[in-house]
Amino acid sequence: MQTERKIRVLIAKPGLDSHDRGAKVVARALRDAGMEVIYTGLRQTPEQIAETALQEDVDVIGLSILSGAHKTLFPRIMDLLKKKGLTDVTVFAGGIIPEEDVEEMKKLGIKEVFGPGTPTERIIKYVLENVPKRT
Amino acid sequence: MTMFDQKKLEEVKRERTRWEQTTLPNWLKQSRERKTEFHNHSGMQVKRVYTPEDMENMDYMRDLGFPGEYPFTRGVHATMYRGRLWTMRMFSGFGTAADTNRRFKYLLKEGETGLSIAFDYPTIMGYDSDHPMAKGEVGICGVAIASLKDMETLLDGIPLDKVTTSMTINGPAPILLAMYVAVGDTQGVPREKLGGTTQNDNLKEFFAQNLCIFPPKASVKLTTDIIEYCARHLPRWNPVSISGYHIREAGATALQELAFTIYDGISYVESTLERGLKVDDFAYRLSFFFASHNDFIEEIAKFRAARRLWAKLMKERFKAKSPRSMWMRMHVQTSGCTLTPQQPLNNIVRTTMQALSAVLGGTQSLHTNSFDEALCLPTEEAVRVALRTQQIVAHESGVTSTVDPLAGSYYVEALTNEMEEKAWEYIHKIDDMGGAIPAIEKGFFQKEIADSAYMYQREIEEKKRVIVGVNDYTIAEGKCPIEILRIEPKVETAQVASLRKLKRERDNRKVKEVLDKLHYSAEKDENLMPTIIEAVKAYVSLGEITEVLRMVYGEYKELIVI
Amino acid sequence: MTKVEELAQGVLSGEIRSIARAITVIENNAPEAKKLVSSIYPHTGKAHIIGFTGAGGAGKSTLIEKIVREYRRNGKTVGVVAVDPTSPFTGGAFLGDRIRMQELSTDPGVFIRSMASRNYPGGIARATKDAVKVLDAAGKDIVIVETVGAGQSEVEIIKVAQTVVVVHAPGLGDEIQAIKAGIMEIADIFVVNKADRENANKTVMDIQAILQLNNKETAWKPPVLKTVALTGEGVPQLIEKIEEHRLLLEKGLKHKGSREKAEAELIEAIKEKVVSSVLEGLRKEGEFEQLVGEIVEREIDPASAAEKLLKKALKDAEA
Ligand code: B12
Ligand SMILES: Nc1nc2c(ncn2[C@@H]2O[C@H](COP(=O)(O)OP(=O)(O)O)[C@@H](O)[C@H]2O)c(=O)[nH]1
Ligand SMILES: [Mg+2]
Repeated sequence: MQTERKIRVLIAKPGLDSHDRGAKVVARALRDAGMEVIYTGLRQTPEQIAETALQEDVDVIGLSILSGAHKTLFPRIMDLLKKKGLTDVTVFAGGIIPEEDVEEMKKLGIKEVFGPGTPTERIIKYVLENVPKRT
Repeated sequence: MTMFDQKKLEEVKRERTRWEQTTLPNWLKQSRERKTEFHNHSGMQVKRVYTPEDMENMDYMRDLGFPGEYPFTRGVHATMYRGRLWTMRMFSGFGTAADTNRRFKYLLKEGETGLSIAFDYPTIMGYDSDHPMAKGEVGICGVAIASLKDMETLLDGIPLDKVTTSMTINGPAPILLAMYVAVGDTQGVPREKLGGTTQNDNLKEFFAQNLCIFPPKASVKLTTDIIEYCARHLPRWNPVSISGYHIREAGATALQELAFTIYDGISYVESTLERGLKVDDFAYRLSFFFASHNDFIEEIAKFRAARRLWAKLMKERFKAKSPRSMWMRMHVQTSGCTLTPQQPLNNIVRTTMQALSAVLGGTQSLHTNSFDEALCLPTEEAVRVALRTQQIVAHESGVTSTVDPLAGSYYVEALTNEMEEKAWEYIHKIDDMGGAIPAIEKGFFQKEIADSAYMYQREIEEKKRVIVGVNDYTIAEGKCPIEILRIEPKVETAQVASLRKLKRERDNRKVKEVLDKLHYSAEKDENLMPTIIEAVKAYVSLGEITEVLRMVYGEYKELIVI
Repeated sequence: MTKVEELAQGVLSGEIRSIARAITVIENNAPEAKKLVSSIYPHTGKAHIIGFTGAGGAGKSTLIEKIVREYRRNGKTVGVVAVDPTSPFTGGAFLGDRIRMQELSTDPGVFIRSMASRNYPGGIARATKDAVKVLDAAGKDIVIVETVGAGQSEVEIIKVAQTVVVVHAPGLGDEIQAIKAGIMEIADIFVVNKADRENANKTVMDIQAILQLNNKETAWKPPVLKTVALTGEGVPQLIEKIEEHRLLLEKGLKHKGSREKAEAELIEAIKEKVVSSVLEGLRKEGEFEQLVGEIVEREIDPASAAEKLLKKALKDAEA
């Protein structure tokens, strides 16, 4: 039997934001691209998201947020991920995140931010290219 | 029966065949059409040309009638905009109650004719501003209203006997309505003069907006409490705004939006009849809320079909006698999901077209989105342009001079018919599933919407659908060319402090007493409106009231369908 | 310590990151997987393993969430492995069971893992069995497995779980068919969930009627229970029955037999081993490729080709 590595993705919705159209579209596109997608469902606390990523041992975490609360929530999520030792997980995000916040988010360790109008094809490509190398 | 002379119709048929064999092929030979097939958003095929043949079976009096008369296809009022223009109602709310109060006054000064409140997430979800889940969310996506005190500030200086107010609130709708009533009482406005709308459409939350707090049955119970209470005490209040907007924005097609919304309406009529009210005692106060998307004619057809469909349902299924029970009065919002952060000024053009469809479709009330829709809550400038868009349509376009100007267009009528027919198919299908709640539990609506949303996305990516500035006619975007509205964190600090102060200073014995009473009422399944009004007047907070209801009803967990 | 030893050590000490990583290693069938499983194996056998199977939408995930809560109230730690189907077309999967259990995710006494079936037949994944071992070795008192939920042929669960709960819901239609088609033999406990629906009693009676047809003398007669997973009604009673069943197994009363289970597992392991090692050898021979070509050209049939190849290989093995 051969190794059968699959990319495991967590799509997470932090905070009270309940816009799920984009998150679902992205989740579906990643699934159709052959990935194993775990979706947290809505209204997750940073603790829930970090703990889920930990238990599910995902390769990448995609945060979807349209509410503008990313400035409060993202730092908490990134902090918890670090505390749990999840430093080899690629974290990226999408939704309504003003351009002027993107730098700040990247400083937190969020590798990329995708706004409205992004083709899912580009997101798939991004994931494929940024899956952390693991042994 | 037909509206056309049989001989003339035959002539049209003959001539069309001839045209298809002679003129058309020549044109097609010279240049092919841009696509082999043309479709609207609902996936219906659009023909090359429409003729009287497409209205062959139309009966004017049966299918259209006169404005203000059954089946109301041409409008619910006899004079429509020749009499009164639609209500220009801009959905607004951000920061503290005082911030939003200033925005309200600004908009009223600029010519807005009705208010519409956007609440922040904690309020929408029934949490107080100091709840742990509220951290970072206070005032960010709407105005923070945790108690009657905030509502007093929000409505300060606004005469509730003159202005009507719409509130986009669902789970906690009884609480916000109670607060509004309380402010009305303080202003000395008689309750029978209090006009406005609570969205209060909990069903669509389960598959479109997702802001569900309680399980379906309890949610419908609360919706119905308001309908019943208004029928008895607030005759000018629209207790529910049966909303297709959210369904559409979640990704549904125009057809799905139409059918699912109407079905929610059916459910509320049924749940209210179960309370022992007669249909004509409350149906005239049910109102609707639709989206106006990009396909100009399709949207107009949808609005017209919706009115006719609802009138038939009320008359035939629910045996309404009063024509007013058959009216579908609607609010329309231009479609936010069509707006882009790329080249944001293009959004003004989209919104103008969408506003025009809504008006040609006969809406009673309209919100137009701002050009910064895909970036942030509207800045003052953006919202002013959006309001001006409506004013220009109203005063400069000329479409308001006659009622239902597009009636009789072969395309419009054919599409109106098709919309109605296909909507009936959905309605019967949902009937067969046992109604809206079983359909929700099966994930039926969710699946339909998720599939349409995904298809829409695919069409854009495959360029089957061109979105100007996004997948075609793009430019290097560079720095965002417009100013962005930002909500400062100090809003939360101030709001939390003021709420905590209130909680210290109010009569906390009384608070406990009313909350116990509420608990008891909820368990006994009484109409909760009277007790909630009593509670808000004692400055019991929104979170405290919701907490009691959460205890009694439990919390809902979404059924996710991807 | 080697990396694998370290990982095994982490699992044994209940360290969450190691548990998660270990399951990934097993799922991906990474080179170190075998070593990992063998080093934790001596520490397994303590947890009670419960399988939940039954049609999609019956309420398995919702019910598991409530059961976990109840076990937690009783002071037990719990691991959950929830399997969802992999699309045979894209190889992707949407793992949705967890959504129903998300509130448990921050409870340190609970570990939930979603798993795609990766086209393994029978309602679980190839890795499920060993993932359960990881959770067992990590010290979870209870390990719960939720199967894919495609109904019918989900019988693999008996190779993994000690107590199998088959969940039905009224009005799903084909459940009675499924029972007849074989799911019945695997059930230790039947649950009719969504008992808040009108026709729940009818479903209970239908199942009981089918059970009556089977009048073999057995120490354990599968009970039929009613639950409302949404509210948790009936969950304590379900746990009571699971406990009863566990005690029965413990007393060593000859049930479906842990020996049988062990034997089945051994055979499975042998098969896997034999097939992969023999195949590896065969592929190296030029004859293999040649025979594939001949089969395509209809010059030889697959069975005869296999015989031809194996005759030689087996002789080699004997020698
Ligand atoms: C549709 C919509 C709704 C629908 C939501 C339906 C649903 N089930 O999702 C409805 C009508 C219900 C709604 C309601 C509200 N909305 Co709204 N809504 C929008 C709207 C118009 C479009 C969002 C959308 O779905 N687009 C289509 C999808 C496919 O695109 P997308 O989500 O952007 O996703 C793409 C990318 O962003 C990215 N992406 C997204 N997530 C992820 C995740 C990952 C990992 C990756 C890699 C990429 C990625 O990839 C996707 C594909 O390209 C936006 C404005 C806009 N034009 O963007 C406002 C907007 C998000 N809403 C807003 C608000 C305020 C609300 C309300 C709070 C209003 C209120 N007070 O009542 C409510 C709350 C509702 C809720 N459920 O949370 C504001 C937020 C303001 C802010 N951030 O400052 C916006 C920006 C509008 C505005 N300018 O006021 N809304
Ligand atoms: N009415 C009712 N609905 C339930 C009950 N249990 C689960 N559900 C609902 O049934 C649907 C499917 O549940 P889920 O746990 O995902 O089923 P699974 O596919 O078997 O895991 C969800 O919408 C649940 O909320 C119950 O006891 N009563
Ligand atoms: Mg499940």
